[in-house]
Amino acid sequence: MADTVTAPPYRVIPIVPALKPGAMKDVRSFVANEKIQTAIGFPGKLTDDWKERALSKMGELLGQYRSLKVYMDACVHCGACSDKCHYFIGTQDPKNMPVARQDLMRSVYRRYFTLAGKWFPRLVGARELTREVLDEWYTYFNQCSECRRCSVFCPYGIDTAEVTMAAREILDSVGYGQKYSNEIIGKVHSIGNNLGLPGPALQDTLLGLEEDVKEDTGVDVRFPIDVAGAEVLLITPSADFFAEPHIDSLIGYAKVFHAAGIRWTLSTKASEAGNFGMFIGNYDQLRRIALRIREAALELGVKRIVVGECGHAWRVAYSFWNTLTGIGAGANDPFALQLQRQLDGRYRQPTHICELTWDLIERGALSFDKSANDAYVVTFHDSCNVARGSRMGETPGGQFEIPRNIIRAVAHHFVEMPENTIREQTFCCGGGGGLLTDDLIDLRVKGALPRMEALQEVAKTHGVNFMATICAICKAQFSKVLPYYQFDRRVVGGVHQLVSNAIQLGLHH
Amino acid sequence: MAFLFYLAFCVLVGGLAWRMVTYARTPAPLKIPTTPAPTTVPGVVFRMAREVLLFESLFKANLWIWGFGILFHFGLVLVLARHLRYFTDPVWGWVVLIQPFGIYGGMVMVAGLAGLWVRRLAVERIRYISTPSDHLMLLLLLTIGISGLSMTFGSHPDVVGVKRFFEGWQTFSPHPLPDSALLVLHLMGVAVLMIIFPFSKLLHAPGVFFSPSRNQVDNPRERRHMAGWAARFDKETPHG
Ligand code: SF4
Ligand code: SF4
Repeated sequence: MADTVTAPPYRVIPIVPALKPGAMKDVRSFVANEKIQTAIGFPGKLTDDWKERALSKMGELLGQYRSLKVYMDACVHCGACSDKCHYFIGTQDPKNMPVARQDLMRSVYRRYFTLAGKWFPRLVGARELTREVLDEWYTYFNQCSECRRCSVFCPYGIDTAEVTMAAREILDSVGYGQKYSNEIIGKVHSIGNNLGLPGPALQDTLLGLEEDVKEDTGVDVRFPIDVAGAEVLLITPSADFFAEPHIDSLIGYAKVFHAAGIRWTLSTKASEAGNFGMFIGNYDQLRRIALRIREAALELGVKRIVVGECGHAWRVAYSFWNTLTGIGAGANDPFALQLQRQLDGRYRQPTHICELTWDLIERGALSFDKSANDAYVVTFHDSCNVARGSRMGETPGGQFEIPRNIIRAVAHHFVEMPENTIREQTFCCGGGGGLLTDDLIDLRVKGALPRMEALQEVAKTHGVNFMATICAICKAQFSKVLPYYQFDRRVVGGVHQLVSNAIQLGLHH
Repeated sequence: MAFLFYLAFCVLVGGLAWRMVTYARTPAPLKIPTTPAPTTVPGVVFRMAREVLLFESLFKANLWIWGFGILFHFGLVLVLARHLRYFTDPVWGWVVLIQPFGIYGGMVMVAGLAGLWVRRLAVERIRYISTPSDHLMLLLLLTIGISGLSMTFGSHPDVVGVKRFFEGWQTFSPHPLPDSALLVLHLMGVAVLMIIFPFSKLLHAPGVFFSPSRNQVDNPRERRHMAGWAARFDKETPHG
């Protein structure tokens, strides 16, 4: 299938495309098999009583999440969000319009949970939950990357990501899970990271990296793991350990720690920042995956927890960790205090690696040779979860400024992509939210269209040849889809890759 | 008619209270403001005010929908204010002052509604997502608006009689309604609107205040956010 996938043409005039109903109805992510499902506590296959189960789960979620409850009621079908989704723009399938995606669930909500839908189903567009509807849920709720772009524009802040998460949770509860996400969650529990990299392999990789960096720079930059008593515990996406271009950012973090003289460590137990529990909307998984980090922090006795370049992981870390695990501040309960007393209150907990690096730059603790990046004209792709689900620094919008500040500090040439494709209006890479799988390559290529158009524009006008980003999924997705748009796959890379190129080691210590 | 309005009033108030209590009681277990978001409570109040008074997000999204939406809603506010003259005695000073603006409000409101409907019919995407109820809602609002305007500009009903009717209604001593088909149409429309309010998308009005992506403070690192069922987990996990 992958061979037949082609990129849609750039739009000559960036107008909203005409609808192509059903265009993506056959693009379905692989369904999880029995082994994958049961390993993480879901029914192995579609249960006989799926309809009752699904409806009772839906009722349960409506009582547990105010977001879902309000969002089901509040939409006025104004259509403000209808042209904001990259998957709609790239596929033209009307069911990929955020409001239409929500309506897949809202129609069922109305039928079973509202008077209007019980009495006048046709009038309010209410539908029975049939097998066809359930299949449609599976298809289109696995074509949403939970990027929240739609929620920026909705007058009531309706966030389709919340609806998608609820839908996936319902699907999982009736035994209709997605292979890619659920398999990865299984690996996190059995091995410790999403890529299934066991501890010894990890140690080998890190030793290899130490040798490589020594060869390159002549400096002994360490990549420590499981070091009790280190000051900083670094939690980073496992792709950083071996995937390209991710690994170059890992080298960048290590160089920053080295140059600043910070004692840091990785952890085999928590060798993964990613948390796919969020993608499938399962609170229990979200929490259990996050608790590994709490445990590692307690065992190693670290003072600070720093998170590497990973978009959704940063959303989970920044927005949810304090709630889920107590990593943060301001608690008054014993569970959270146990950890918060150990952590150093002078630092933000958790800290993003970009916050750490930028603080050091501001304090003058790092020096750079900017010309090392002179081959590049750099632009910055805001990752959706960082942009719309988190913050960095003290002021709102710090998540936009800090990475850009770093880039400007380490490179001479920086150019912005068009206004409506960056910062809070950034477009998802097309592979987020549990969709970074080959069985969805068609969707991924098409979903990347708006970002590729923006990149194309600055490539043409300013000669941009490097798109920096701070997300493991963005890096993997772009490496894969850039060639479909006639770009070299190495056009994408990490912010700390640029840092790594320019940082001067051995000056301060 | 008086009875219908008692019913409509009870359904509106009771229904809205029931929905709002339901929203308020449903926990928001996680911090999910759409960022960048305010980091303080006054900041959130300001964000909400911009959202409710200026339709800030809609402005970012689409100027046409924003424009028609603003026309309709602000027209409506003026119209409602103008109608206070039927419910206050003596009529409050500012209500007297804004009477003429209420009429402009009525025209603007109808224009806004018409614009929204044209968009709903003409733009393929919005036509696709529209249900019959979306069209009927516009029809109902337009009926109310146009019948109201017709009474202002055309067949003036006996407004003193209307006022007496609502005074009687307020004090539970019913007076007959002046004889006017347009008036009956107008008031029936309003009663229907009040009755369907708590069961329809009109819930967007209270809903916006409860939307976690807009009403939450962005301070998850500084404060441990715990809510409802999600708070119980910590006690179940032994950790040492
Ligand atoms: S969250 Fe993102 S992917 Fe999902 S519907 Fe909204 S814009 Fe599309
Ligand atoms: S912008 Fe909000 S209210 Fe309007 S159609 Fe989209 S989800 Fe519904």
